[in-house]
Amino acid sequence: MNEAVLATVVAVLAASLRLATPYLYASLGEMFAQRSGVLNLGVDGIMLVGAFAAFYGTLTTGSVWIGVAGAIVAGLAMGLLMSVVSVTLKAEQGISGIGLSLFGLGLSSLLFKVLVGTVKTVDGFRPIRLPVLGDIPYLGETFFTQSLPVYVAFLLVPISWYVLERTTWGLKVRAVGQNPAAADTLGVNVTLTRYLCVCLGAVFAGLAGASLSIASVNLFQENLTAGAGYIAVALVYFGGWRPVGILMGALLFGTVTAIQLRMQVLGIEIPSDFAVMLPYVLTIVALTFSANRARQPAALNQPFERGGA
Amino acid sequence: MKIRKLLLAVTALSLIVAACSTPAASAPASVAPGSASPAASNAPESAAPSAAELFRVAVLMPSSTTDLAFSQSMYQALVAMQEKAGGEANFEIKFTENMFSVPDAQAAIRDYASQGFDLVVAHGSQYGAGVEEIAKDFPEVSFAWGTDVNTFGLPNVYAYTAAAEQGGYVNGVLAASLTKSRTIGVTGPVEVGDAKTYISGFSQGVAAVDPAITISKTWTGSFSDVAAMTEAAKAHITAGADVLTGSSQSVVGSIGAAKEAGNVLWFGTQADQASLAPNLIVASQVYDWTVILEDMIPKIQSGTLGGETYTLELSNGGLKIAFNPGYTLAAEAKAAAEKAIADITSGAVKVNP
Amino acid sequence: MASGTRLPSGARNGRRDVLGIVVRAALPLVAVAAALFIGALMLAVLNADPVRAYQALFEGAFGSTSGITQTLVKATPLLLVGLGICIAFRASVINIGAEGQIILGAVFATWFALTFRTWPGWLLIPSTISIGFVAGAFWGFVPGILKARMGVNEILTTVMMNAIALQFMNYMIRGPLIDPAGVTAGQYLAQSEKLPESVWLARLVPQTLLHTGLFVALALAVVTYVFLWRTTIGYRIRAVGLNPDASHYAGIRVPRYQALSLTLAGGLAGVAGAIEVIGVQHRLLDGVTSGYGFSGIVTALFGGLHPLGTIPASVIFGGLLVGADKMQREVQVPSSLIQAILGLIVLFVVASQYWARRRSNRTHDVSATPASALGAEEAEA
Repeated sequence: MNEAVLATVVAVLAASLRLATPYLYASLGEMFAQRSGVLNLGVDGIMLVGAFAAFYGTLTTGSVWIGVAGAIVAGLAMGLLMSVVSVTLKAEQGISGIGLSLFGLGLSSLLFKVLVGTVKTVDGFRPIRLPVLGDIPYLGETFFTQSLPVYVAFLLVPISWYVLERTTWGLKVRAVGQNPAAADTLGVNVTLTRYLCVCLGAVFAGLAGASLSIASVNLFQENLTAGAGYIAVALVYFGGWRPVGILMGALLFGTVTAIQLRMQVLGIEIPSDFAVMLPYVLTIVALTFSANRARQPAALNQPFERGGA
Repeated sequence: MKIRKLLLAVTALSLIVAACSTPAASAPASVAPGSASPAASNAPESAAPSAAELFRVAVLMPSSTTDLAFSQSMYQALVAMQEKAGGEANFEIKFTENMFSVPDAQAAIRDYASQGFDLVVAHGSQYGAGVEEIAKDFPEVSFAWGTDVNTFGLPNVYAYTAAAEQGGYVNGVLAASLTKSRTIGVTGPVEVGDAKTYISGFSQGVAAVDPAITISKTWTGSFSDVAAMTEAAKAHITAGADVLTGSSQSVVGSIGAAKEAGNVLWFGTQADQASLAPNLIVASQVYDWTVILEDMIPKIQSGTLGGETYTLELSNGGLKIAFNPGYTLAAEAKAAAEKAIADITSGAVKVNP
Repeated sequence: MASGTRLPSGARNGRRDVLGIVVRAALPLVAVAAALFIGALMLAVLNADPVRAYQALFEGAFGSTSGITQTLVKATPLLLVGLGICIAFRASVINIGAEGQIILGAVFATWFALTFRTWPGWLLIPSTISIGFVAGAFWGFVPGILKARMGVNEILTTVMMNAIALQFMNYMIRGPLIDPAGVTAGQYLAQSEKLPESVWLARLVPQTLLHTGLFVALALAVVTYVFLWRTTIGYRIRAVGLNPDASHYAGIRVPRYQALSLTLAGGLAGVAGAIEVIGVQHRLLDGVTSGYGFSGIVTALFGGLHPLGTIPASVIFGGLLVGADKMQREVQVPSSLIQAILGLIVLFVVASQYWARRRSNRTHDVSATPASALGAEEAEA
């Protein structure tokens, strides 16, 4: 009996890490963008384009690394588009994000239809058992038998923290997000910093899409993300614009999703719709009752104009 | 002022419209029904053979034509009819996919009807209200609506549906015969429509072989969330299931998970999903809409525009169980399946939706 | 409210800047044209005739009775959602939760109309719409109160509540509200029972979907305008958005008014949901939102966040959506191409405002307007 319970716990935790991965990539990326003052609601569309690029690259060449490269390039392109519109042309960031999302959804679906045509599976990243750590009973199966994109996603948490809090560039990013006018007078290139952050965020979003299409589900279909990008943006707020907070949010969301699925599998008598609701409800509850009240970057969602306004 | 700017924009836009409209194109869309006068933009067909030879079909679908499920099944059936009729010169198909907004669908149905199509296929249960209203305005056009059994008492409406529970039963019998772990997983979208009836039939089939087999069901709450399906399938697999089934276009996610696990078998519905995982897919229930179309279209051509309900069933060949040649099926299992098919066809076994 | 001197827009030395107005009116058109040009390239690549396609786009939206009525049918919910967004944005609150609020309004309107189906139409219709308002308002109130009392960011709560609302609708449609006729027939369709005819909104033009809900929306647009500019509460909402700190020191309880704005925005979206159900479909169906929760945001911002400006914006955007569908039918391209073009249009139009702002910045005093979610340009009353 104990064995069965432990086995279930292990399976649920392993699933929660897998589920958290795309949110982790996309949220960390969006964190950089928002810390520099740009709200990018186009994450979902970027994820889709990245997912398709990764899928198509892997499908045609057989190499997952070409797929990853494709996702990075696709993310970069979308990031540049967003940067030009929102940073240089100072457009209303809320709408430009929605427009970008719509464009990404349409473009990815169109390319899929025209270039691939029908649903196909690819051989993506497979779970790798880490040499020593993977042999630890129970913990090994949960944490150390995952695919490469999952490991990288979790590694990005301390890396992002370090970049943001301990490097000069990270300081510039934070300054630009808090007070771009002051940063500007100190010689920081506000535009360049924001471009870099938005593009970095977009590359991460592309990788998030890739983590779906060539690691988790190993195929592409129209609207593969089903709105995950918006959840990822929401998790940035949950996490208080800090990598650790975002990690908590992604894990919470992933874990509750894994739990509700397992509850359904076990036949627990609850209408499936309420089970599916659980991750969303608990995320709200968790943030409401946590002490986390981080203030948002002061210059978030405000285009910067040198000399006033 | 913003208001002024936008008012000017509207004025300018309407000027452009007036400038661009050719006389034929600006005729009201609700052209007198039955007149074979398409809008100027249907140029390629206007030089074609007379209306009696060319059969024109318009179809609306709620998802993509490449969804490997519901929409694709109808689209493929129409293409097959086109080939049988001798190609585009004799059989024209116009389609609108991903039409999940009901008012947009109504506009599309009305538009196609007013363009003089012979048959408008509204392939989605949410289109029913639109068909009911619009069919009255176009008595010369035949409307086919699915999946449901209601023709609204109108003489130019056909209704069609699929008894998905029948194929579900057969799949269930097969699944029960093949499972070694005696645990079967079902990954469903939302418990409505033919997803519900298929899974209901599946459960009955399993129980008919051995009621002690465990069937677990998960519902993702969405017809399109592929990633959720993948995780649901993985949850079943780690809980011990070695056979899976499910419904909707998002089910490709489950198939992917089965493929990754390597030794999990899959049963499909709505379309032949064998291409996705050649070694693991045992059988799929295939919706063959041509069975219905082959009866309906001649009727339309001879003047009977509606008033009948069609059901895809095992007995009329509308439902087929496509065994995957890539999977070697044990002889007893196949025999059990074929017996089930025969029983349902003869009426010896009744499957409840 | 705003500090610094501000001349009325377009005024230069007392003369109206006619050229400025023309430029600003033409800008969105130029942007749309640019996006359509790129779209034309994509169409050509797919072997579709761009000229024929765009002819269909315009004809579909405005070139026929059915086109114009369909445009107005779509404009109605866009306008309602947009009005709510106007109120919220004016208080510096971003409401991404309209999708969920529409759903709540639709679900409860359906439930109410079915429960009280014996009531006469003159009573049932207004009360059903009111219930839709209350349900949507509640769905906006929750994020609002969480933001006001507990400081929980509204982007997080509204995104989550969209998903929760969707599952709630699934539950209702396949459970308590499922169409009994479908169950008896063994079909289990994802729809509610058909609503009683007494609650249907009257159709304005035969053989079209245009219904009296349009008037409700127009009336609410005027009401919203009056509310925001002619009442104390409305003034406070705008003050909170323009300068939260100054408002606070003036004694205005900022969180309270932000919560109120979210509640009202939710209510208006709820009305949109109710009207869609009783005016168009006459029952609750999966997909009732048709994405209006997001396109409503675009509409509001195209309308300058002004209730009266949102009227033409909703007509134009509605026309774009209707025309795009017609375009798809004409040249038979995948719907995703249309989607991509629409996304480009939004991007280009919102980007083109750059030149409008530059022009207006040159012709009148640039005030150091404090931070607000309105972006660089405020709409004037």
